[in-house]
Amino acid sequence: MQLLVLFTVILILVSALGVFFVRDLYASLIAFSVVSLGLAVLFVLLRAPDVAMTEATVGAGLGSLLFALAIWRINGSGRED
Amino acid sequence: MQRLASLVFLSGLAFLLVTLYLEMNQSATLTNVGQMINAESVNEVGAANLVTSVVLGYRAFDTLVELSILFTAAIAAGLVLAGLEGGLPTARPAGFILRAGAELLFPLLLVVGLYIILHGHLTPGGGFQGGVILATAFFIPVLALPGTPLDHRLISIIEGLAGTAFIVIGLLAMFGGDAFMAPVFGKGVVGELLSSGSLPLLYIAVGLKVGAELAGLLVNMAAYQAETTAGADES
Repeated sequence: MQLLVLFTVILILVSALGVFFVRDLYASLIAFSVVSLGLAVLFVLLRAPDVAMTEATVGAGLGSLLFALAIWRINGSGRED
Repeated sequence: MQRLASLVFLSGLAFLLVTLYLEMNQSATLTNVGQMINAESVNEVGAANLVTSVVLGYRAFDTLVELSILFTAAIAAGLVLAGLEGGLPTARPAGFILRAGAELLFPLLLVVGLYIILHGHLTPGGGFQGGVILATAFFIPVLALPGTPLDHRLISIIEGLAGTAFIVIGLLAMFGGDAFMAPVFGKGVVGELLSSGSLPLLYIAVGLKVGAELAGLLVNMAAYQAETTAGADES
């Protein structure tokens, strides 16, 4: 249990640093959603399933989707054409 | 100068955190509230999921304000997005995997989202989580086939009705002589689907409102492309 929590925390920290230090915006976005997913797992381990569900849906799901759409809009306007 | 400013800011933050830490040690009353809710809420509200009895029972007013915050944010985002030029670059249909996955995922997400909303008073989850899942369920087909029409009028009607229903249920308690947003319709048997009075109804309203709002927001972010690419092709 403790090892699992430790592993999850380290995963969250590493991917949180990755959000900042990765150059590619999409890679950074994926690191961001890994942070949210790790947080959700951590909440489940700490017996807060309600919060875990919110974190998984809003943080990892909807938040990543919104960021992806935003990056797509910013990058895509006129670069390919 | 910049370093000085950040030093001042950091020391202010550290001061705040230290005072918070010192103050927190002395406040034992906060934990008392938690113990009281743990002991009393099943008898008082009748929801098997204690979190729901807090969210829609003891703190229903907070939930109402939370809904209005989300509403305001969605309106602001819609206003900003409507005034922007340019959109997503391509209006082409997505690849095979996304299209097949969308057809597969849509009913699954719909069932999961409705289940989470309807069982909010029994199991973890509830209107907010289920509503977000519903929103993504309705957005995935738009992602797979750009240009899929989504009825904005219908979305705003659902959203308005759901928000009104939440407040009306809250007002119903006042007609019975209770406080605003107090649970009504009796408790029922704890653990059954039709239990804990008006909480399931409130969560259905929350789920529909959140789902409609976020689906509208996502489509606003994405569906702009069809018009703009059409305009770009003509010019």
